[in-house]
Amino acid sequence: MLELQDVHVRYGAITALRGVSLSVGEGELVALLGVNGAGKSTTLASIAGGLRPQQGDIRLEGSSILGKAPEQIARLGLSLVPEGRDIFASLTVEENLRLGAFTRRKETEYRRNLSEVFDLFPVLRERLPQPGGTLSGGEQQQLAIARALMSSPRLLMLDEPSLGLAPALVDQIFDLIARLHQRGVTILLVEQNVDRTLEIVDRAYLMSTGLIEGHGTPEQLRTHGDIEGIYMGVRRQKD
Amino acid sequence: MIDLEFVINVLSLGSLYAMLALGLVIVYGILRLVNFAYGELIMIGGYTMYLLAGFTPLPWLVIASLAVLAAMFTSLFTEFVAFRPVREKSLTAMLITSFAVSTFLQNGALLMISPRARAVTLPPVFQSSVMIAGTSVPWRHILTIVTCIVMLALLTLLLRRTVLGIALRAAADNFAMTRMLGVPANTVISTAFAISGLMAGLVSIFWIGRSASVTPTIGGPPLLVAFVATVIGGMRSLTGAVVGGFVYATIISLLGIFLPPDLQEFREAFMFAIVILVLLIRPQGLIRSRTSVERVG
Repeated sequence: MLELQDVHVRYGAITALRGVSLSVGEGELVALLGVNGAGKSTTLASIAGGLRPQQGDIRLEGSSILGKAPEQIARLGLSLVPEGRDIFASLTVEENLRLGAFTRRKETEYRRNLSEVFDLFPVLRERLPQPGGTLSGGEQQQLAIARALMSSPRLLMLDEPSLGLAPALVDQIFDLIARLHQRGVTILLVEQNVDRTLEIVDRAYLMSTGLIEGHGTPEQLRTHGDIEGIYMGVRRQKD
Repeated sequence: MIDLEFVINVLSLGSLYAMLALGLVIVYGILRLVNFAYGELIMIGGYTMYLLAGFTPLPWLVIASLAVLAAMFTSLFTEFVAFRPVREKSLTAMLITSFAVSTFLQNGALLMISPRARAVTLPPVFQSSVMIAGTSVPWRHILTIVTCIVMLALLTLLLRRTVLGIALRAAADNFAMTRMLGVPANTVISTAFAISGLMAGLVSIFWIGRSASVTPTIGGPPLLVAFVATVIGGMRSLTGAVVGGFVYATIISLLGIFLPPDLQEFREAFMFAIVILVLLIRPQGLIRSRTSVERVG
């Protein structure tokens, strides 16, 4: 469904991505793991059209989306929940959700998605008339994910959804991601919480200093010790 | 002193300034651009009225509507040909572009019409008054206040009840994220420029209604008023723009009453001293946008 081929991104003199290649299949839950500064968020931003790679290609269902504006990419069914949530603080919860459905303007579809979102996040129903900025951190994270789901995305990208949340909420978020996966949503997940992530994903890529250093199923990654290598800052010897 | 006449004067002036400030802030909120060509939209409205009233038999209401449309069209057109190509470059590039557009339009009027003031024929309603509670109130003031109330109501409806309006408010909060939800940047920006042009067009009717003439440089003073009003009220908030407009009108009118006659010509200097004071005490303006008080945690 999604394929990155040799993607390079430079910010001025800094090279953030040095040839990233990865793929996410239909209905898969794939994680991108790595320490801070490895280039995970840059990878997501490049896919969503927030950044323009200087080299390489990004393809969604076979067609290149490289150089397309963020709004065009969103219309193709790709939805990003950015790190830091980026909910609209001055808009009410309802308005946040309404905008999430901007690409799905049919009232019937909006109602259906809204009731699905309320099933997943009952607290949002109570918060509908409140400005997003007055929600707690956990509620804001739920709103950010709910807003992304309002567009019935074909590919959902989550950037560190558990960051800054209390442990009980972290469990809830991971349960939710697993449930969305079971429903058939294709998900690309960036996380720091490696243990919890490997419990729910189909495959994971390990990133370090702008490169993919390894990938495989959670079992493969655990047995080969790639994870420790990445998190200890030691590169795996390629064989 | 402070009587009904004063109150109506302040309300009328405040309405005018509030509309002016709104037109400037709606673009600033999204692009962070102070559009220095905003005053020229008022000039365009003025010359449209001058030309149509002088050279066509059209009724005045049609002329006024066309003047508003001309200002809106110019606003949209300058966005399309001047601002859009430099939008991705930098804010400085856009700011310089706005000066260029301003200079271009002013000199266009200078060359094609005249550097001298041209009289604009206005309907009798602009000179007549009505007696309210023993006070003679010019119809011009009543029309300004009513127009402002109608515009505020329409704008509120647009921004609260339509998806496009919600998208405009979201874009003012976080433009990049708004685009990632599928909202086209061009639609949002064009709408903001159209509203800006609408405000400038309406203001042009009443601004020119005071002097009944138009010059190429007529846009300067209203631009300054709009800018100062937004600084007072808060650059990031539409409510702030309205509040700033009314505060500006109140202060300048009070200065008009309480300053001794020989200091009257320095009224603007006193006004700006007050603005500097506002900036020192509340740099974010009187009304803070909700984004800046976002809850963390």
